[in-house]
Amino acid sequence: MTTLHIDDASPLVLYTLRLADNALVLGHRLSEWTGHAPMLEEDIALANVALDLIGQSRALYTYAGEAEGEGRDEDAFAYLRDAEGFRNVLLVEQPNGDFAVTIMRQFLYSAFMLPFWRKLMGSADERLAAIAAKAEKEAAYHLRHSAEWVIRLGDGTEESHERITDALADLWMFTGELFEMDDADRALVERGIAVDVSALRPEWERTVDEIFAEAGLTRPADVWMQTGGRGGRHSEHLGFLLADLQFLQRAYPGASW
Amino acid sequence: MYTQALNNLDIDTTGDDAALEARFQARVDDEQRIEPNDWMPEAYRKTLVRQIAQHAHSEIVGMLPEGNWITRAPSLRRKAALLAKVQDEGGHGLYLYAAAETLGKSREEMVEELLSGKAKYSSIFNYPTLTWADIGAIGWLVDGAAIMNQIPLCRCSYGPYSRAMIRVCKEESFHQRQGYELMLSLAKGTPEQKEMAQDALNRWWWPSLMMFGPPDGESIHSGKSMAWKIKRFSNDDLRQKFIDATVPQAHFLGLELPDPDLKFNEETGHWEVGEIDWEEFQQVVAGNGPCNRQRIKQRRTAHENGAWVREAATAYADKRRARKAAAAAAEAKEAA
Repeated sequence: MTTLHIDDASPLVLYTLRLADNALVLGHRLSEWTGHAPMLEEDIALANVALDLIGQSRALYTYAGEAEGEGRDEDAFAYLRDAEGFRNVLLVEQPNGDFAVTIMRQFLYSAFMLPFWRKLMGSADERLAAIAAKAEKEAAYHLRHSAEWVIRLGDGTEESHERITDALADLWMFTGELFEMDDADRALVERGIAVDVSALRPEWERTVDEIFAEAGLTRPADVWMQTGGRGGRHSEHLGFLLADLQFLQRAYPGASW
Repeated sequence: MYTQALNNLDIDTTGDDAALEARFQARVDDEQRIEPNDWMPEAYRKTLVRQIAQHAHSEIVGMLPEGNWITRAPSLRRKAALLAKVQDEGGHGLYLYAAAETLGKSREEMVEELLSGKAKYSSIFNYPTLTWADIGAIGWLVDGAAIMNQIPLCRCSYGPYSRAMIRVCKEESFHQRQGYELMLSLAKGTPEQKEMAQDALNRWWWPSLMMFGPPDGESIHSGKSMAWKIKRFSNDDLRQKFIDATVPQAHFLGLELPDPDLKFNEETGHWEVGEIDWEEFQQVVAGNGPCNRQRIKQRRTAHENGAWVREAATAYADKRRARKAAAAAAEAKEAA
């Protein structure tokens, strides 16, 4: 099997793949922590979040394959696309860094995804609405878990405050992409299928401000936002992630596992 | 996952009150469970703490060789299954540490002993996971051997441990089936996949047999543990049970066991294996296995890298408590 391209994907397939890619790439990142977390409870918690996200990605890939109608399954999408075929936002592919980076990345993402899934639950597309209904419950836990840690680290020791501040500075420039929409998205919004993400910004900012206030953190001034992931132009990191993730499928093409 | 803990007990029964001990033993003989607040001989407590802690450590160290393959699992279904399995192991570690804590030793102390090299864990995890088939072999053989060892522990005389083991065994048996199913898909797969499965069996078979500990003749201190109903079957009995269950499974996979002397004894109805290399076992237990240093270093690194996080969590909890107390004091003052 060769590398799979998705350039001519329909708006619905592309929309579904973008959601799936976000979930898989972040789930993969979190799974890298397993066995190496700061405490046993966090080994278990991070694996939990990773499992939720990988589960979301599987439901979404399966649906994308059905909507596409080319007979592709979840693994074809996950294992046979090169980096340019992945359409996740840049935020989720950023390396784990220290625990502060992992937590801040999760918080910024989950604070967006919780209201996102809530809106998508009302989608005119029943499959997406059903996936959203399950994911919403999971995202609520992901947000609570990460927000509690942002507060603990922000209001913990001098070192933890410094680290979480630094993590925020590393990641803030990737938050703008969460609110981007292109023509494919707008077409689906008009049909009542997709979520108008620009409308989610006030709630996201409220959540961020509220948690940062408790953590003693300041929302950074607006900076030049990085973009590209949703269009297939990624950071340096995704290629390494995929080399790891896809190794067996690439080394033994066509085998089933 | 399991440890050889049963075989190196440090028993000292001097100074215990004879009447109390007689009553304790009568309860054990009567198959009653001993609970944390019950009187127990000091040596019983020590033995259990050591065994449960070693068991917990094994779960934690065992996360590393399998964790190696989470990011490289060849399908999303396999990835989720492996991640969930390794997460289960973390969970086992957590409630085993909790069971040991009921005997008066803190988790911090136990972790410290693991990281300093003072405490042992199951030697099987000092072998490397080189291919994806190793994930199947570990589930099938290592978890299979663990179950043989652990089922009797569900009836262990110490209540918290026996209850923990009931839950652990349920999950382990699920892992074992999953591992076997993984091996089956490789054995029935491409020639390369089958080769991978055979290679994994070659490397994991003997270490799995060693998991039951030294032969009965060389296993010291088993007597007391048997009397206390911590241990119920001898090493060799459990090993034989495992061999008899596993050999036909290997044949069903179409794989060959790496033992030219393996034969079925028609008279006894048992499979007989060739000589186990106990020198290798002793060496790996003593710290000279392929991954002993690597595994402990990884645990130490995770622990050290996480220190600032644990400190932050403690500092935050202290601040919160102080603020609450201050607020309550202010309120009381206002009321007065």
